[in-house]
Amino acid sequence: MSLTITNVCVGCYACEPVCPNKAISSGNPVFTIDPDLCTECLGDHDAPQCAEICPIECAIIDEYGESLNPPGSLTGIPVERLHELGLVPDFA
Amino acid sequence: MELPVLSNVYAEPEASESGGCASHSCGSTNDQMGHLPEHIRQKVFDHPCYSEEAHHHFARMHVAVAPACNIQCNYCNRKYDCANESRPGVVSELLSPEQAVKKVLAVGAEIPQLSVLGIAGPGDPLGNPERTFETFRLLQEKAPDIKLCVSTNGLALPELVDEIAKYNIDHVTITINCIDPDVGAQIYPWIYWENKRIRGREGAAILIEQQQKGLQMLTDRGILVKVNSVMIPGVNDKHLAEVSKVVKAKGAFLHNVMPLIAEEEHGTYYGIMHQRGPTHDELNELQDACSGDMNMMRHCRQCRADAVGLLGEDRGEEFSIDLVEEMDIDLEAAAARRAAIKAGITEMLEEQRAAKAAKAATLVQLDLPQTRAVKMAIATTGGGVINQHFGHATEFLVYEVTATAIRFLSHRKVEAYCSGGDTCGEAETALQRTVRTLEGCETVLCAKIGFEPWGMLEAAGVMPNGEHAYEPIEEALRAVYDEMRAAGKLATPAEARMTA
Repeated sequence: MSLTITNVCVGCYACEPVCPNKAISSGNPVFTIDPDLCTECLGDHDAPQCAEICPIECAIIDEYGESLNPPGSLTGIPVERLHELGLVPDFA
Repeated sequence: MELPVLSNVYAEPEASESGGCASHSCGSTNDQMGHLPEHIRQKVFDHPCYSEEAHHHFARMHVAVAPACNIQCNYCNRKYDCANESRPGVVSELLSPEQAVKKVLAVGAEIPQLSVLGIAGPGDPLGNPERTFETFRLLQEKAPDIKLCVSTNGLALPELVDEIAKYNIDHVTITINCIDPDVGAQIYPWIYWENKRIRGREGAAILIEQQQKGLQMLTDRGILVKVNSVMIPGVNDKHLAEVSKVVKAKGAFLHNVMPLIAEEEHGTYYGIMHQRGPTHDELNELQDACSGDMNMMRHCRQCRADAVGLLGEDRGEEFSIDLVEEMDIDLEAAAARRAAIKAGITEMLEEQRAAKAAKAATLVQLDLPQTRAVKMAIATTGGGVINQHFGHATEFLVYEVTATAIRFLSHRKVEAYCSGGDTCGEAETALQRTVRTLEGCETVLCAKIGFEPWGMLEAAGVMPNGEHAYEPIEEALRAVYDEMRAAGKLATPAEARMTA
């Protein structure tokens, strides 16, 4: 099991130092998580650290493709408003 | 222990006796640094961000080495990055500490007025301590004359105060928007704290506690602290006067109340939710109320986290990392040039200060009849003189002139309407916007002005004036005020009613 960083990552470096497994490396354009190293922080923390600090909605997904920080969850902007403005990302 | 309030301790006794105007920077000089104790004044006289006088002459730069942030603010969008956008938190190019130092040395060779390097983001500098402190360490080895500043949201500040002291950073800016967690909950949706994202009031309470603790620890160590606050109408506007009192009591030497910048296209929470920013008048009123008029900062340009040059200008594009890598820099020669320039500007500022004090003294002695205050705008590209064409101005500095004093109020940003070429189709609307920006000013002084804007300004009640081109700002303002008085335009409202 491993988390994945999507193409909406802005490369802000916040996740890299907080990963207990040193699984995250910087990249251009987006950062990546080494699936062999990622434990989703089980045994280290209550919640995956990259997803706890990440400021970008939909940048981190689980193995089912579910976003750990779905649209509106970090900014508080109503999801309908994000849809109206075309700001719900098409992540992959 | 009750801590001294800076404004009480250091107020000069004659401030309350000058009559007419109780506010101190409305007194004999408009030098806000005049209120500070000598050891602080010595530290900030060449700092363009802290001294209104210095900002006409000395340059600063920010290097974008700190991308990560440990909190979210409703006025910030971490996705945004646009070369044309000028506001805090926005950068074009992230640098490594080594690249950043190279860039500073290149700027310091090309722009010898450079006196300050700040690290201000685009995230929180103290949320990236290795990158931030490595930059400071490397620069101090190569160019020890350049002052170091860092700004922070304060969350990680208490644990890093000793580190800050170690690197000889003598200016720290903390952004403090509130001291009440209920207000904070409307500004900060979450913080990252002890391995958890903490939302709402609980997160805001932790942030506030850390900010206040960090502020006290810094001032206890004699490190200068400026506090930035973003004025958000309906959220913290009524609360900031209290914030000002508290941070001054803890020893902050300067409070900078800035207007919220929020447009829908920025993609921030406030922008999208149509939270408005304050008007010029609301901002000025709050700045007056906060300060008792001490130690307020009114010339802040809310620079990008990679800005380069004099305040109000940004020469960052000339120093992209590709260009910088190719430059060959003679460190010693560059340092010598900076020292010579600094000595020259310092001498000039001292002379100006003495001349101003002498002029103010004669004005008081003349016992002039009471005349009303006039707001005047000027166009300048720096150097402390009126030297910009009206149509090229991207901002105007607004001053309040009275019979005995000249006080800097604010800068007002505009789009330069005359950039030539393909923007001309929209010229009329841009010009109209510029004219509206000058609302409340009775005159605008510039180096030159075209026929068309002249007519529009006159129609809007703003008298254009190109007669004082290349004169020092304050001398020109004084001359215009005297002309207005001689022409009988300055009777106080009471007298005007009596004669009507």
